Amino acid sequence: MSTENKNWEYADAVEGTGHIKLKEKYGLYINGEWVAPRSKTYFSSTNPHDEAHLAEVAQANKQDVDAAVIAAERAYHDVWSKITPAERGKYIFRIARLMQEQAKELAVIESLDSGKPIREARDIDIPLACNHLFYYAGWADKLDYAFPNQKKEPLGVAGQIIPWNFPLLMAAWKIAPALATGNTVVLKPAETTSLTALKLAEIIDEAGLPPGVVNIVTGFGDTGAAIVAHPKVSKVAFTGSTAVGKLIQKTIAGTDKKATLELGGKSANIIFDDAPLDQAVEGIINGIFFNQGHVCCAGSRLFVQENIADKVIRKLKHRMQSLQIGNPLDKNTDIGAINSSEQLKTINKYIDIGRKEGSECFQVDCALPNKGYYCKPTLFINVAQSSVLAQEEIFGPVLTIQTFRTIDEVIQKANNSPYGLAAGVWTDKGSKIFNLTSKLKAGVVWANTYNKFDPASPFGGYKESGFGREGGLHGLGAYLK
Amino acid sequence: MSRLEVLKTYKIFIGGKFPRTESGRYYKAVNSKGVPVANICLSSRKDVRNAVQIARKAQGPWQERSAFNRGQILYRIAEILEGRSSQFVEELMLQDYSKINATKEVEAAIDRIVYYAGWCDKFNQVSSSVNPVSSSHFNFSTNEPVGLVGLLLPESSSLLTLVSYLMPIIAGGNSCVLIASERFPLTAITFAEVLNTSDVPGGVVNILTGAVAELWSPLSTHMDVNALSVDLKSPYLKDIQLAAVENLKRVMCMHSADEQGLVNITDFQELKTTWHPIENIGGASNSY
Repeated sequence: MSTENKNWEYADAVEGTGHIKLKEKYGLYINGEWVAPRSKTYFSSTNPHDEAHLAEVAQANKQDVDAAVIAAERAYHDVWSKITPAERGKYIFRIARLMQEQAKELAVIESLDSGKPIREARDIDIPLACNHLFYYAGWADKLDYAFPNQKKEPLGVAGQIIPWNFPLLMAAWKIAPALATGNTVVLKPAETTSLTALKLAEIIDEAGLPPGVVNIVTGFGDTGAAIVAHPKVSKVAFTGSTAVGKLIQKTIAGTDKKATLELGGKSANIIFDDAPLDQAVEGIINGIFFNQGHVCCAGSRLFVQENIADKVIRKLKHRMQSLQIGNPLDKNTDIGAINSSEQLKTINKYIDIGRKEGSECFQVDCALPNKGYYCKPTLFINVAQSSVLAQEEIFGPVLTIQTFRTIDEVIQKANNSPYGLAAGVWTDKGSKIFNLTSKLKAGVVWANTYNKFDPASPFGGYKESGFGREGGLHGLGAYLK
Repeated sequence: MSRLEVLKTYKIFIGGKFPRTESGRYYKAVNSKGVPVANICLSSRKDVRNAVQIARKAQGPWQERSAFNRGQILYRIAEILEGRSSQFVEELMLQDYSKINATKEVEAAIDRIVYYAGWCDKFNQVSSSVNPVSSSHFNFSTNEPVGLVGLLLPESSSLLTLVSYLMPIIAGGNSCVLIASERFPLTAITFAEVLNTSDVPGGVVNILTGAVAELWSPLSTHMDVNALSVDLKSPYLKDIQLAAVENLKRVMCMHSADEQGLVNITDFQELKTTWHPIENIGGASNSY
C-alpha cells in the first residue's frame, strides 16, 4: 500500500457547540455565591482558533482574594473540619458524577477556550479530571491506611494556582486531594483558560458543597500573587513555570506555609536501536506534539542511538506529514491552536534561535488556518547539548534531536539539565530498561510508552522541576501536616 | 614525676580524611564556665566547597550499594560507638553533662543508630507503591535519595541530635555535608572517627566545624546541594530558604531529636514513578 498520504482529504467533522451553555459574564465564585468583582474589572476569554470572544471573566484583585480566603477559612473551621471523613468523600464522589454527566459540554468548552483538539479534551482531559475526583473521594475516610503511625491533620486553606495547558484536569488535580484530606480551597485558573473552572464552580454549587469550601477566583498573575501572599493561606499548590515557582518560594520563605510546585521540564525521550521503531515513532510524536507540546513533561529532547538515527528521523518526518493541523473542534484534528498569541511568540522566538544556530530544521509542509494562533510541528536535527533549544523549555511543538552511541553517554546527556520531570526509554530489553529507569533523574519514567497519566499514579519532578507529588497515595501527603 | 598528657587535635572530616581547615584559622571551644576545652577548626567557604565536591562524588556509589549493605554499615557505626562509649561520656562531661546524663545520651544515640540501621532495607517497601492504573500498564512508585544533603545542626546539638538527624539522611542513600554545632563541636569530630572506622565510605559524611554565621551561606547557595536540613529555630532559616530557591533545594525543618520515624527518612527521598505497557495479545484469560 502506498504510504504517500499527502493527498488524503478528510471531510470536516466539526463538533457542534449548540449544546453548550456559557454565560456572557462570569463573576467570582466566593462562599457559594457568584459575586461581582470588587475590582469592577472583567476581561475577555477568547478562542485561540479564531480569536472570537467567548465570555467576560472577572478580574479578582487583592480584596476579592481576601474575601475568598476568609470564606475558605470560615468554611474550614465551621463546616469542613467538622463533618465526618466519609461525608467529605461523598461530596467529592457527587462532584465527580456530575462532571461525568456534563463531560461532553466540558470537553467542547475546554477545546474552545484552550485550543486543544476536541479528541484530546474528550478522551483525555475530561475523563481524567472526573476520574481524579472519583479516585480521591474514596481516600477521604481511609487516610489512616495511607500513612500509618503518622499524624494526619489537614493544613487549612489551600491556595491553588493552575496553568492553561490542562485547565479542568489541573483544577481536579488540585481540588480533589485538598478536599479529601479536609482542607478548603481558593483556586485560580489561568487567565486564558478560566471557563471550565467556572463551569466546575457551577457543578460544585449544584452538588451542594457547603459554601466556602471551594472558592474560584479568576484573574492574572497579580491575583495569584495575592493568594500566595495571603497570611491565612497555609498551603500553596502551584503548577506552572519554574520562574514563577521560584518567585512563590521566595514569597513564602520564612513563613509556615507549605508548598508543592509542579514546574517546567525538558524531558528526554531515548530510543535504542533494539526498540520497536514504529511504536517508538508514535511515542515520540505523542511525546512532543500532544496538546501542541504545551505539556510540562513533553518529551522535547529526543536521543536516538546513532546507528538508527537516519531511519528514525525519516520515519518521524513521514509520520509528522500525516498529522492533521487545524480547527481544534474538528474530530480529525491532531494538532490544535497554540493557547495564546503570547505563547506563539515565545515558540517562534525559539524556532528563530534554532535556525540561526544552524541546526537542520524540518517543519511539516501544510497550510495553517488564516486566523488564530498556529505553529507547524517542528524538528531540529543535530542540536548541540549546549544549545538553548536543548536546555530551555519551549512549551510548544518543537523537538530537538541528538544522537548517542553508548548507554552511559545518553544517561549523562539526559541528566544534564536543571530539570527532572519525566523521561522516556524505548528498548526491547528489560534489564536495559531498569538500568535506565533507575539512573534517570526524573519523577516519572515511561518505558516503551509516553505521556500516560492516571489518578492512581503519582506525578511530579526532581530538581528544578519542582517538589511534591500529585496523584496516587503520595499525592495526599502534600495536604497533611 | 607526673606524666604529660597528650592533648587531642580536633580537625575537620572530609572525604574520609582529617585535614585542618584550608583557612588555617581556629577558635576555642569553651565550656559553660568559659574554660577553653579545645582548639577547633574555623572552617571556610572553601572547606564547604571541597566537602560538597567530595560528597557529590560519593553519593552515587553510596546510593548504588544494596540497602542491606547500608543497613550493615549503619549497624557497624552503632557497634563502634558502643565500644567507644566511655570516650563520648567523658567528652560530653567536658561540655558540662553530668555523668548520668552523658551516659544516657550515648546509650540513646547508639540505640537510635540501630533503629535507622534497621530501616535501610525496609523504608522503601513501606513508602513505595504499585499503582492500579486504568490502562494496560504496570506502574509503580519507589523512593530514590534526593542526593546531597546539607545538614546544619542546631546550636544545642549534642551527640543524640547529631545521629538523630544524620542517620535518616544516610540510611536513605544520600551523602551529607554537616556543619557541627559551634558551641558543642567536640563530639561531632570524635563521631567522625567512629564513622571512619565503621566502613562508611569516605565522602558519604563530611563534618565541618566553625561559625554557622559564615558557613550557612556557601552551603545553602551551592548548586550541587540538593536538600538542606535546618533547625526550625535557626536564626538563618529565612535566609537559607531564600538562598535555596536558586536551584530549588528542598529545605526540611528538623523534627525534634526526641522523635524517630519513617518521615525523617522520606523527607530526603524523591519519588519516581515508572510505567511500562502490559502486552495484551492472544486473548488468553487469567481465569482458571
